Amino acid sequence: MIAESAIREPLVTGGKTVHDVTEDISGRVEQKPTKTWMLAMAVSLATLAVGGYAVMRLVWDGIGMWGLNKTVGWAWDITNFVWWVGIGHAGTLISAILLLFRQRWRMSINRAAEAMTIFAVICAAMFPVLHMGRPWLGFYWALPLPNTFGSLWVNFNSPLLWDVFAISTYFSVSLVFWYIGLIPDFATIRDRATNKISAAVYGALSFGWDGAAKTWSRYETVALILAGLATPLVLSVHTIVSFDFATSVIPGWHTTIFPPYFVAGAIFSGFAMVLTLLIITRRVYKLEDYITLQHIELMNIVIIITGSIVGIAYITEFFIAWYSGVEAEQYAFINRATGPYAWAYWSMMTCNVISPQLFWRKKIRTNIAATFVISIIVNIGMWFERFVIIVTSLHRDFLPSSWAMFYPKWADVGVYIFTFGLFFTLFFAFAKFFPVINMAEVKSIVKATGEKKQA
Amino acid sequence: MKETKKYWKGLEQLKNSAEFQEKANKEFPEYLPIADGEEPSRRDFLKLMGFGIAAVSLAACETPVKKAIPYVKKPVAVDPTLPNYYASTYVSGSDYCSVVVKTREGRPIKLEGNKLSSFSGGGTSSQVEASVLSLYDQERLQNPTIDGKKATWEELDAAVTKELTAVNGRLTIVTNSISSPATQSSIDALVSKYGAKHVSYDQVSFSGLLSAYETAFGSRMLPLHDFSKAKTIVSFGADFLGAYPNHTGNNKQFASTRKLDSKKKDMSRLYAFESNLSLTGANADYRTPIKASQEGLYVANLYNAIAKKLGGASVNVAKVGDDAVLMKAANDLVKSRNNSIVVSGSNDVNVQLMVIAINNLLGAYGTTIDTNRAVNLRKGNDASFEQFVKGLNSGSVAGVIFYNCNPVYDHPLGGQIAAGLGKAKFALSTAGKTDETSSLVKYQAPDNHYLESWNDFEPVTGSYSLSQPAIKNIFDTRQAQASFLAWSGDNTPIYDYIRASWETNVFSKANELSFDAFWDKCLHDGVYEVEVPTTEVAANVDVSVAGASIAKTYKADNTGLELVLYENNSVGNGAQANNPWLQEMPDPITKATWDNYLTVSPKQAEEWGIKIGDMSTQKVNFTANGITEEIPVLPQPGQAYGTVGLAIGYGRTKGGKVADGIGINAYQFATVANGIVNFAVTSGVSAEPTGTDYKIAQTQTHHTYMGRETVIQETVLSKYQKDAQAGRSFPQIATSEGMKKPYAVSLWKGHEYPNHHWGMMIDLNSCTGCGSCTISCQTENNIPVVGKEEVLNRREMHWIRIDRYYSSDAEEGDLAGMEKAAANPEVTFQPMMCQQCNNAPCETVCPVAATTHSSEGLNQMTYNRCIGTRYCANNCPYKVRRFNWFKYHDNKQFATNTAMNNDLGKMVLNPDVTVRARGVMEKCTFCVQRIQSGKLEAKRDGRRPKDGEVTAACASSCPSEALVFGDMKDPNSRISQMLQIKQNEKSVEAREPRAYHVLEELRVMPNIWYLTKVRNKDVESKTEKAEA
Repeated sequence: MIAESAIREPLVTGGKTVHDVTEDISGRVEQKPTKTWMLAMAVSLATLAVGGYAVMRLVWDGIGMWGLNKTVGWAWDITNFVWWVGIGHAGTLISAILLLFRQRWRMSINRAAEAMTIFAVICAAMFPVLHMGRPWLGFYWALPLPNTFGSLWVNFNSPLLWDVFAISTYFSVSLVFWYIGLIPDFATIRDRATNKISAAVYGALSFGWDGAAKTWSRYETVALILAGLATPLVLSVHTIVSFDFATSVIPGWHTTIFPPYFVAGAIFSGFAMVLTLLIITRRVYKLEDYITLQHIELMNIVIIITGSIVGIAYITEFFIAWYSGVEAEQYAFINRATGPYAWAYWSMMTCNVISPQLFWRKKIRTNIAATFVISIIVNIGMWFERFVIIVTSLHRDFLPSSWAMFYPKWADVGVYIFTFGLFFTLFFAFAKFFPVINMAEVKSIVKATGEKKQA
Repeated sequence: MKETKKYWKGLEQLKNSAEFQEKANKEFPEYLPIADGEEPSRRDFLKLMGFGIAAVSLAACETPVKKAIPYVKKPVAVDPTLPNYYASTYVSGSDYCSVVVKTREGRPIKLEGNKLSSFSGGGTSSQVEASVLSLYDQERLQNPTIDGKKATWEELDAAVTKELTAVNGRLTIVTNSISSPATQSSIDALVSKYGAKHVSYDQVSFSGLLSAYETAFGSRMLPLHDFSKAKTIVSFGADFLGAYPNHTGNNKQFASTRKLDSKKKDMSRLYAFESNLSLTGANADYRTPIKASQEGLYVANLYNAIAKKLGGASVNVAKVGDDAVLMKAANDLVKSRNNSIVVSGSNDVNVQLMVIAINNLLGAYGTTIDTNRAVNLRKGNDASFEQFVKGLNSGSVAGVIFYNCNPVYDHPLGGQIAAGLGKAKFALSTAGKTDETSSLVKYQAPDNHYLESWNDFEPVTGSYSLSQPAIKNIFDTRQAQASFLAWSGDNTPIYDYIRASWETNVFSKANELSFDAFWDKCLHDGVYEVEVPTTEVAANVDVSVAGASIAKTYKADNTGLELVLYENNSVGNGAQANNPWLQEMPDPITKATWDNYLTVSPKQAEEWGIKIGDMSTQKVNFTANGITEEIPVLPQPGQAYGTVGLAIGYGRTKGGKVADGIGINAYQFATVANGIVNFAVTSGVSAEPTGTDYKIAQTQTHHTYMGRETVIQETVLSKYQKDAQAGRSFPQIATSEGMKKPYAVSLWKGHEYPNHHWGMMIDLNSCTGCGSCTISCQTENNIPVVGKEEVLNRREMHWIRIDRYYSSDAEEGDLAGMEKAAANPEVTFQPMMCQQCNNAPCETVCPVAATTHSSEGLNQMTYNRCIGTRYCANNCPYKVRRFNWFKYHDNKQFATNTAMNNDLGKMVLNPDVTVRARGVMEKCTFCVQRIQSGKLEAKRDGRRPKDGEVTAACASSCPSEALVFGDMKDPNSRISQMLQIKQNEKSVEAREPRAYHVLEELRVMPNIWYLTKVRNKDVESKTEKAEA
């Protein structure tokens, strides 16, 4: 049994009982879809369709549909990939690391955050496949499968191959972790189901959950093991993604600071995305009692910390470029700040380094509207960070004869939109058909903290 | 005789009874056992049915159509998969090059320079390389036509003979300069039969120079210039390296004076005075931008300076403003007397006379200029051509035959010719394609492509060459010479005619015994040279007359805008404008493709308020010669302020699907006055910015090398003479044990090369930037053309590019300033292709191991393994990898890629090289197919490959021999000797002091070495500026 101090602020407000929790959360699944939801879903599907056309043209006609060129071989594709992977960091961090640290405030947000993680990773995974010249072969040639090509094997030296392993491992573990957490809640919905179809569907989804003490005990053990497994992954995935750049020779990419800097950036953007989504969800689903201002404030603090880490990393890069004495590297960084893509660099600096510092003021970090705006700004900034790293480093590297600009084409935008369509379609489907808050876990904090205060 | 053994199939056959014989001849020995008279049984039905179905279905199986028809009788020389080489001669209009044609399965697929030709020097030019694709141009005329309708040769001959008789005495034959004796005699036959006149012109007229020599030496000629003997060369707007008769030969000669090694530490010095930045100007040690209106004064001032030193009458002309460089040139010319050359591109007789006077004073005649040997590639006479145009319009010329020329397009009087043609009773063109001129004539008698023709040439007195067909004519065309003979009543087959011509013209002068053996030898070698008797003719120039005329014509201070037309090194004079390889070849100077534009000085562009962006510019309403056109502007460092340049060869209207609508026809702006075509228009030129935006597709948009010494390493001759390592940069890597050479630090174990280790040496001093390597590589390696849109998207596919860097005036550290080229920059050309790194950054990052290292030092690319992540291209520090963004073959969207989008065009593809699919990466392979075939050849003979046997396409085409390819494992190979290669355990080291690796500090250890650029300047330009 968890002992909780009596004077600690309750994690769930509004004097919710265990029954209220079940009603509030299951109710969303059981009720008919609201008009708002229908509209949101329709917009998401439309976005998906529009983006799908861009994807179709890309695969049909070739990568030339994008604005890439002989000098800049990656731009929006890998920017979006890293951005989505970064976003996909918060969920597992919240569920796994905060679970290990016994941060119980995570309980009412981890479900949505994990779902977001999984959908973001799905979106991210689109890009490594779509950016290939020949995805119809690449999607399986990049795997170390036994083949009939003789002794032909993948190149284990290539960071892209490490990406394949890192992302797929992270995705599998996150998915299993998330799903295991869902099982007791599915069982609740199954038990409450009034029609046969939902009884059957949720029955199947709940894997025959019987609520026995032994089952609960196993459930908690598995959750802990998975948390243990997922924790290093949170750190490793973005470390490995950063190797794509760090192990190369391109000035601006070839930096050893990348792993910690990328991980901090990922958490930074992941938390911002969680905030963006939760602020909407809590409003629409009236979950203010579960996702409280305290949650928002704590997450904003994480944002200040990671945002500051990222800011220090930016400055360190400049210092190291100067200190290295490498001409091309020094130029790469001067060019970032003063070259033709300076606007992107300063957008990044403003969004990522300056805007989160506003959260030092309690007024701002406890203001929902301000949090919402800044969370979006942070994600814009983090997109620019990847764009700056990828495009400005490539566009002026060693030989000035090859220096070139990158201009996006409609298909660059289209494929990015496609992933938004995909993400929101999945997220809204999740919000409607899955319990958005972990009922089983939240019930444990209702008891622990709600009781005394009420009295 | 012993009886041979016989085998029999059965006793029946042994007995050979009558019954057996009868049955043996039948399809079914016994009738199917269907009982006669009885009711057919069920079994009989099934038997018949079964046979019927089997027979019908077998008969229904169509024999597969086999397009590859095996030889019934194999031709002696043609072996599938093995190439054959035939010596021949490239000819296009007035241009010439001695070549070797590579054919595969009877198709010409590649041209190489003929190393035996002392005249063209064994290299090629981009236009020569590209001409093999023009052979497979689908838009070539496929048969003779009368009034645009298909006709047979018999019909055409009958009609033409009748017409020719009707216009007897009033016929003119218009040609470019003819350097072929047989062609000339076939024209002469026509001339004598019909009392015709023969008028020739050149797209870029040399009429002024020819007339000047006529005045001074009594013979209208362009004498042979030998740049290899020159120590000081001064060029006044003569682009002898880029656009000049026989510029391939000139390149070789010039480069030979620029090569440096431990034994030869001296080189020539080149001065250029010109308006446009030409290839020659870009290679000059001292270049002065001058206005065209000053050119005569500069020449005359130089004459005065030299005359003062060497004793000669001076002329009375105005002084030019800043003449420090001119005086320096005069000093150098005098110092290297007898080893000096002065050339001018002017078409003004008086300027050329003045140049003759200078050369005469300098003792150039008999040393560097040989008046006994005339270059027959430029013979056009502007005055007689003008007369012809007048005659055409007045009606005195009733009939005209155009021999492979297109004056309606490429002569300033084209418009008048077009108008006059309507009045002519008879007009015929032998052009192989419908062009601006031939579309206006009644009769089209298409000539063969030169690769389908027999011909002979005498490009320069005493040097002969042959042309032999490398393929039977693809279409129903006939050699123009044969047509001329037919119309003049001579039905000798053309082969016999050429042979006979060779016998009279060459064999008679040669000291050989049998003509048959001589012919075979000449056909094999392609060239033959005879001794030319030397006679000394003194130049006779009245400088005072020429000087007076110059003083009148030229001004030191013309304030008006001036236009100077030029011929670029890609599309050239426009004859091959329908060749997409040439259209997409970057201009060596501007690096622009698919366009012409006004080159203006950056200062001028600024004054006009032209908004210049990343490949975007604006147009101006440009007026010259009374004609106004809207033309885009390209800021060109080095362009003389107050002048603009415009390339000829563009603005075709009936050039073909590729050529039409690209750029503006510049010929129309040239003026014709006093019987002289003038490409420099010094009055009546104006430009009015219109604000219309335009995009020019350039392959390089950043023009300075930003002071990066690991990219370009250069010095001046005086420093090099003191220290052979002058200008070198030695990057050092800091380690815990102190500073180390980059190669001492490595994560990699290195590769062992047990057999060969291929490498290349590129001499930045010899490379003139002409770009023939780019097209040679394109031909050899099936590189697609992507079109202007895609070049704008920066997706051109060339595997070898020539980086062209301008110097900058900015202080080191001023990064923004260093991006701007100097007003009159020094130019460095750096051929750049895959560096075949030993520690290749591309190899480690490919997830599927599609790019790997070979045991011979090559960085290999496996197309069918590539999944197209482009990581390798990103990680390539030299940015030489090219991605197939789209499907470039069999795709209507890339119709301009004619070599891959129609059946005829595809015949040019090299069967040894894969046509790459969409979505895969490609890059320079070091011509691995040539390496393989060279090794196989050697293996077949049971020996090791000989040095020089295997060479990359770029190196073999290089007219200046700046690229040397070879096996660094072979201590006696040219490359090992030149680089002084030292074998280490797992790497090689070049001990040649000038040899360096681009981006050495990255430790990628390329197999390509560059030799420092050495300018023959007294002091470095930086010091020069500081002193000033």
